[in-house]
Amino acid sequence: MNFKMDQGKYIEDIKEIMDIMNRSSRFSSLSGLSGISVGFIALIGVYIAYQTVYLNQDYFRYEKTIIPAESLVTLLLIGLFTIILSIVTVIYFTTREAEKRNENIWDQSAKKLVINLLIPLVTGGILCLILLFKGYIGIIAPLTLIFYGLALINASKFTLSEIHSLGMIQIALGLVGAHFIGFGLIFWGVGFGILHIIYGIMMYLRYRS
Amino acid sequence: MKELLRDLNKAFENKIRLGIMSALVVNEYFDFNSLKELLEVTDGNLASHLKSLEKSRYVTFKKEFLGRKPNTKYSATEAGLEAFKKHIKAIEQLLK
Repeated sequence: MNFKMDQGKYIEDIKEIMDIMNRSSRFSSLSGLSGISVGFIALIGVYIAYQTVYLNQDYFRYEKTIIPAESLVTLLLIGLFTIILSIVTVIYFTTREAEKRNENIWDQSAKKLVINLLIPLVTGGILCLILLFKGYIGIIAPLTLIFYGLALINASKFTLSEIHSLGMIQIALGLVGAHFIGFGLIFWGVGFGILHIIYGIMMYLRYRS
Repeated sequence: MKELLRDLNKAFENKIRLGIMSALVVNEYFDFNSLKELLEVTDGNLASHLKSLEKSRYVTFKKEFLGRKPNTKYSATEAGLEAFKKHIKAIEQLLK
């Protein structure tokens, strides 16, 4: 028998095995563009929130901030609007990317990705709402970073590997932010804004198709 | 040389069967339609290769209902995982 020919066939086989293992277990249509846009949306949200919370206050000093009830409602609305806009943006860019790659957007790995992302995220969200109603407002910004980081790490098994390190950095930022409560919004802006933009650009350059 | 070839499994010589096993090794289960999309094959083609893997007892399936639509979930058996690992090892040895 022709050994050389067989060898070529088996190299093909191994390639095929790796490709299918990867495609069947990881959702790869995440687009860097969605990271970049989510980052900008977050920064705009932070800017508006700053205007609401720290108007007429010297916000670079580490001090207690008093947030009146009506500002709290505005903050909640800003948060809600930022989340909804971010989700819509991610869905838009991901669908576009999946179409370009001729991949099914709602396949098995996408479902696993979303479920694994949502479990820590919803847990953190509910906890933050509870704390909010009990008046522990300062801890909320760092906590959202921590739970978002945990969610990313949990979901990273089912998508591009960069998501794992992004999660680690978010957790670290959240923990540091929990210590410097007075700078909560700044840390939040770095985590949800600047980090998303950096990772978005990195992933856009790496996976550009 | 003979030794190595003995470990190569005829059941995985086919591209589609190789694909099915690759997907089932890294996923707990796969339903018929997702498998079809993943491997880009026709219904009949996939069904016949799944049947042959079932016959070798490398793959099992569970029938479930999603509302009224039947949904068959396929997964690899212990024997299937073992055999597939052996097959890959044999290929690796061959390529060394």
